[in-house]
Amino acid sequence: MALVKHSKKSCAVNPLKMSQPIGGALAFMGVSNCMPVLHGSQGCTSFGLVLFVRHFREAIPLQTTAMNEVATILGGLDNIEQSILNIVKRANPEVIGICSTGVTETKGDDVDGYLKSMRQRRPELADLGIVYVSTPDFKDAFQDGFGKTVAKLIEAFVPQYAEPPQRAPARVNVLAGCHLTPGDIDELRDIIECFGLEPTFLPDLSGSLDGHIPEDFTPTTLGGVTKADIARMGTAGWTLAIGEQMREAALALEARGGVPFALFDRLTGLGANDDFVAFLSKISGRPVPLKIRRLRGQLVDSMLDGHFHFGGKRIAIGAEPDLLWGVGSFLAEMGAEIVGAVTTTKSPLLEKFPAEEVLIGDLEDLEERAARADLIMTHSHGRQAAERLGVPLFRLGLPTFDRLGAAQEVSVGYRGTRNLIFAIGNIFIAQTHEPDTETWRQDIQDHAHAGAPAQGNQLVQIETIV
Amino acid sequence: MTSLANKIQDVFNEPGCGKNQGKSEKERKKGCTKQLAPGAAAGGCAFDGAKIALQPITDVAHLVHGPIACEGNSWDNRGAKSSGSRLYRTGFTTDMSENDVVFGGEKRLYKSIKEILDKYDPPAVFVYQTCVPAMTGDDIGAVCKAASAKFGKPIIPVISPGFVGPKNLGNKLAGEAILDHVIGTVEPEYTTPYDINIIGEYNLAGELWQVKPLLDELGIRILSCISGDAKYHEVASSHRARAAMMVCSKAMINVARKMEERYAIPFFEGSFYGIGDMSDSLREIARLLIERGAPAELMERTEAVIAREEARAWARIAPYKERLSGKRVLLITGGVKSWSVVAALQEAGLEIAGTSVKKSTKEDKEKIKELMGQDAHMIDDMTPREMYKMLKEARADIMLSGGRSQFIALKAKMPWLDINQERHHAYAGYEGMVELVAEIDKALYNPVWAQVRLPAPWEETSWEERATKALEAEAAALAADPERAEEARRSKKVCSCHNVNVGAIEDAARADGLGNLEAIGGATHAGTGCGGCQSKIAEILDAMSGAGAVPASKAA
Repeated sequence: MALVKHSKKSCAVNPLKMSQPIGGALAFMGVSNCMPVLHGSQGCTSFGLVLFVRHFREAIPLQTTAMNEVATILGGLDNIEQSILNIVKRANPEVIGICSTGVTETKGDDVDGYLKSMRQRRPELADLGIVYVSTPDFKDAFQDGFGKTVAKLIEAFVPQYAEPPQRAPARVNVLAGCHLTPGDIDELRDIIECFGLEPTFLPDLSGSLDGHIPEDFTPTTLGGVTKADIARMGTAGWTLAIGEQMREAALALEARGGVPFALFDRLTGLGANDDFVAFLSKISGRPVPLKIRRLRGQLVDSMLDGHFHFGGKRIAIGAEPDLLWGVGSFLAEMGAEIVGAVTTTKSPLLEKFPAEEVLIGDLEDLEERAARADLIMTHSHGRQAAERLGVPLFRLGLPTFDRLGAAQEVSVGYRGTRNLIFAIGNIFIAQTHEPDTETWRQDIQDHAHAGAPAQGNQLVQIETIV
Repeated sequence: MTSLANKIQDVFNEPGCGKNQGKSEKERKKGCTKQLAPGAAAGGCAFDGAKIALQPITDVAHLVHGPIACEGNSWDNRGAKSSGSRLYRTGFTTDMSENDVVFGGEKRLYKSIKEILDKYDPPAVFVYQTCVPAMTGDDIGAVCKAASAKFGKPIIPVISPGFVGPKNLGNKLAGEAILDHVIGTVEPEYTTPYDINIIGEYNLAGELWQVKPLLDELGIRILSCISGDAKYHEVASSHRARAAMMVCSKAMINVARKMEERYAIPFFEGSFYGIGDMSDSLREIARLLIERGAPAELMERTEAVIAREEARAWARIAPYKERLSGKRVLLITGGVKSWSVVAALQEAGLEIAGTSVKKSTKEDKEKIKELMGQDAHMIDDMTPREMYKMLKEARADIMLSGGRSQFIALKAKMPWLDINQERHHAYAGYEGMVELVAEIDKALYNPVWAQVRLPAPWEETSWEERATKALEAEAAALAADPERAEEARRSKKVCSCHNVNVGAIEDAARADGLGNLEAIGGATHAGTGCGGCQSKIAEILDAMSGAGAVPASKAA
């Protein structure tokens, strides 16, 4: 439905996009006892670290190969080995996840080849899981880096079965895209467990970045899915891929152990959740529990209450493709008009998006499209544009550094969708101004308000009702 | 790249910087080839440092030439405030793609500059070099020159790609960029005998505005602040100031010193943090201006303002002093802030339980020692567990640090206050000191701490108890086993740059009877990187010579 356009500008102004390697690093943060490493200069890591710290308000495990001038020119493979040895010595993780950056990709380090030879030279590291992902900064975006990393984790740890293995039908794999918050993952776990299924989330940010007081200080990730859990994913009954970005990973898992998969491109909205719940009921062979039926009823009611405030509202959204798709599609279902849709990278969903145009661009583009909007929805960097335009901002996605609780925002499932209606609806309600003696005087010139002369057909309608 | 190498060499020869002067000729030549430990490094890169130093210039466009990581992951995350233009908070980047890596990004850069000038019409554009275009060989100097000539506006190249070194080096390279291309290019409309520059002040949280009213009252004009709340033409005409104050430790010392050399502007190093420091700084400003020809009565007026403001500040702090005196503070921060904040906290009656010296220069450390006496407990690179231990043993009641280490305190259910760049409160001048004390009081006496420290009723042991037990067990094991204790003592790291521990230094000293820094450096490389650990090596050698392990003549 939408025309997908790329910005023609040379200069990105007020970026919406973040880079691939830190998307990869975030995926590694959902793996238990893991140390993510960016293979680049220390600034690459430092920027990502600060970004995540401000968003999650948590200590973030993220290391660097600290490429200096000489290593940058001559190649940074020694730095990889040194950083692995250093990390093993200091933190002794089970998994080290390495993402390349613009620096090392420009040089073209053959990291995979090097790791292979290092493995031979250093048998003492045999038990250490090392996963390398190629994520040049100058290509793709955050969401792509996240997706590639999940696929790589599967290729690294799930064994290749020659014959289809014995399946554990109650076990389901859930591949969780980066548009899901730790709160979203917890919500999905609850729903899936209601059907007697045992979900394994990959990655599982709900264990590591949900903002809990840890049992102990640890320099690596605080929780998440273990290497052993990942290895077992090849024998699960089903794979549920949440988000189009997880397709590559779902295919990888299918290739490894023949696990069939179902892809849910969004879980925000009534219909989308009906499909999801019906599917769970089917694969588990159990009826939909009372608890979930009640949540559905509550969502329906909140949609009825909320639609008065959403109808006809003009909304501009800047978000990564899967998040844009999930939230934007639902808002359109609530009667809102998406007047601006800006995203970061390509996706097959974009042309189906309910707007005239989807632009792969920046926040300057969004600001242009939001001039006459009632609401801007994007990450915290939209605050300047919102302030300039005098349009309220709903913080959506990462980074959200000027509000509390970004990790616990829930917008999936019946309950999450209901929360979203209340949060956005209340912004619209807060925007309505109390009238005073001057309100109607201005309205005579400004026909956009409620005091404008009535249209003929409206009068007819009222008469009919009477 | 050769010219960049020369620049770095030049910066490393900085005579105003004690740290560089402490190194031998050979070490200085090595410049910043010091390898940070891969897998064990934290902190920003040279690009980050350059951006921090110049971004507070408010009315210019700051354009980052590089892939999305450099600007997209980091933009708009500093609290430098502006009284006018907001353009400095707009993120501009060329967002290089694969094509630019392969075919070169110069055209895209040139077009980006043109788009910015067309749309935003800034007085100048600062173009920042980053790692990838530096590697592929984009000549941003040439692009800036061509764009300047074509569009008739200054386009300033800032050559400080991330891989050349740490943040501090980037600060200095940024200073070099404005020395080369900005300062002295515009004449001020008029000058007065009361014109000063403030160098290294970034107006974080509006701190400059806590100081400026007093300067206004004295008739002292800030001709240019470099770079907090600065406008381009102010920096460009800053060469006509009569005197300068250098605020942020060594971050921009090259700017202050070279302006003295080129334009005969004398400078002093001072701080706006703490009542005593603030008064000293006002006096120094007045003194330098009078030396340069301002009427001597300026000093009388300055003393009158100082007396009035000090009395007012003390009166406002007095009610807190009683509540805060004896409370212990753990201060984890770098460089300038360590010693300047120490003075401020002592004025409020607080005790310093410890302070980190991670980014401080040798001189900084000496200043801390001077201020806190011999029991200054300075902590190099504390690990999270050690920080917890320190907080836990009731040796600290509150932690003051940057945003990154806050969670150690908060997870330990310990009051915490942000004093780094991302903070929201301004702590400069007399006003700021009162604010800082009020904030510490607020954090310490918040009733929430009593609540969160109660364990859940169903929990048998808390993680704090388990951590304490583990720490006790460790200590007991060491005490019971002198061999392990000795091993632990010997394995303590001395030189972070080259990863050399106490044992290696002692062995080197013993093996060959080596007794001085140079010889130890030759044998183990210890102390030949940043030079920050040389005093520790000297202490080890002193201790050994005292114990008679090395002939005293050689230990000198």
